[in-house]
Amino acid sequence: MSVKIKTPFTRDDVKKLKAGDSCLISGVIYTARDAAHKRLCELIAENKPLPLDVKDSIIYFVGPTPAKPGEAIGSAGPTTSYRMDAYSPLLIELGQTGMIGKGKRGVEVIEAMKKHGAVYFGAIGGCGALLSKCIKKSEVIAYEDLGAEAIRRLEVEDFPVIVVIDSEGNNLYEIGKANYLSTKFR
Amino acid sequence: MREINSNLITEAVKRLCIEANCHLCEDIKDCIKKSAAEEPWPQAKEILDLIIENYNIADSKNQPICQDTGVACVFLKIGQDLHINGDITEAVNEGVRRGYAEGFLRKSVVGDPINRVNTGDNTPAMIYFEMVSGDKLEITVAPKGFGSENMSQIAMLRPSDGLQGVKDFVKQVVEQAGPNPCPPIVVGVGIGGTFDKAAYLAKKALIRPVNQPNENPFYANLEKELLEEINALGIGPQGFGGKTTALALNIEYFPTHIAGLPVAVNINCHVTRHKTEVL
Repeated sequence: MSVKIKTPFTRDDVKKLKAGDSCLISGVIYTARDAAHKRLCELIAENKPLPLDVKDSIIYFVGPTPAKPGEAIGSAGPTTSYRMDAYSPLLIELGQTGMIGKGKRGVEVIEAMKKHGAVYFGAIGGCGALLSKCIKKSEVIAYEDLGAEAIRRLEVEDFPVIVVIDSEGNNLYEIGKANYLSTKFR
Repeated sequence: MREINSNLITEAVKRLCIEANCHLCEDIKDCIKKSAAEEPWPQAKEILDLIIENYNIADSKNQPICQDTGVACVFLKIGQDLHINGDITEAVNEGVRRGYAEGFLRKSVVGDPINRVNTGDNTPAMIYFEMVSGDKLEITVAPKGFGSENMSQIAMLRPSDGLQGVKDFVKQVVEQAGPNPCPPIVVGVGIGGTFDKAAYLAKKALIRPVNQPNENPFYANLEKELLEEINALGIGPQGFGGKTTALALNIEYFPTHIAGLPVAVNINCHVTRHKTEVL
């Protein structure tokens, strides 16, 4: 059974989720990759306003392919998250509650997630065609010059993710592997 | 001497960029289906089934399988009795430019690794030239995503490290990569040569069909053994646990210096793409 999540994604919602939970996200999420994260953190350092409200937001680490005519977006699967480790703690401190990506996260990110309350979701890497079907609308809201790396506001419906790291620091990459290795299936 | 015009190369590269990015090779599809059928861990099997659904959608909609449509790695085998009219490098880059524009593929190349401004057309391609006998031109386009490329490593082992040293290093690279390169992965291993030759061999290993073992029985057996040992690590599809950590492992080897044992491991994700045309 999947947990249904509606945005905004509050810190109370965060606490209900555990590593390994399958979730379906509906509502508004934002895209940002390396270059956009760098610019956001530069704005924060200069005390300037951000192009999106990070409070209770979910940021999807993705750079989609261009949309074909009549389509909302091209293929849009997750990128590897550790490249955002230098930036995520600051955004979490400012109220970001969700991240969608794939792959390991650094200690500094997990500590910020535990301290402030945030969840790290995994989407299935390499399934950009499948995931794009859950994205109904896409609009560039900042940094158009970055092309695929621009910040987009996405409207999603039942976007499938799994909780990889919860707000207590439980980690599916460790749990899942240990569970598998401890069974007769091995 | 046979002659061809370079515009034929441009057209072929354009077609191959689109074809490779939207339609997964049949050998990889067969391998994923076989792994899904044999995967004992239910959660892992579910993920493999979604991966199959994804490439089917890509096939039917002519849509990129993955949003990382990669840097275009272009392998050219040029017959020594063939004359090409026009600049071959420019012809390849023009093909990449057109393929990535017309195919709605992502432009993922920055012009300078430090200052990082996107070139806007996915050029330049990474071109690997090889001279061969004959008067044909074989072109293989292998778009390479960087989630997996970033997890690749090279080691200059000592001859005394031997076979065990090679095996330990390959497994260590896969274990350190864990969930990052979108497992199930395809592992390309280059053994021997020089520092750069080993890396090239590892990349070349990734364009050999996964159902074609190395022609040398010793290396064919090593491929099999290493694959089994990697699939005992438990990383599984997406790193959530399971048997299917790697779909295949291909080794290419080359003679080396008396003092050296270079080993390069180039990782690819389950979207291991390459398409070939002969002109």
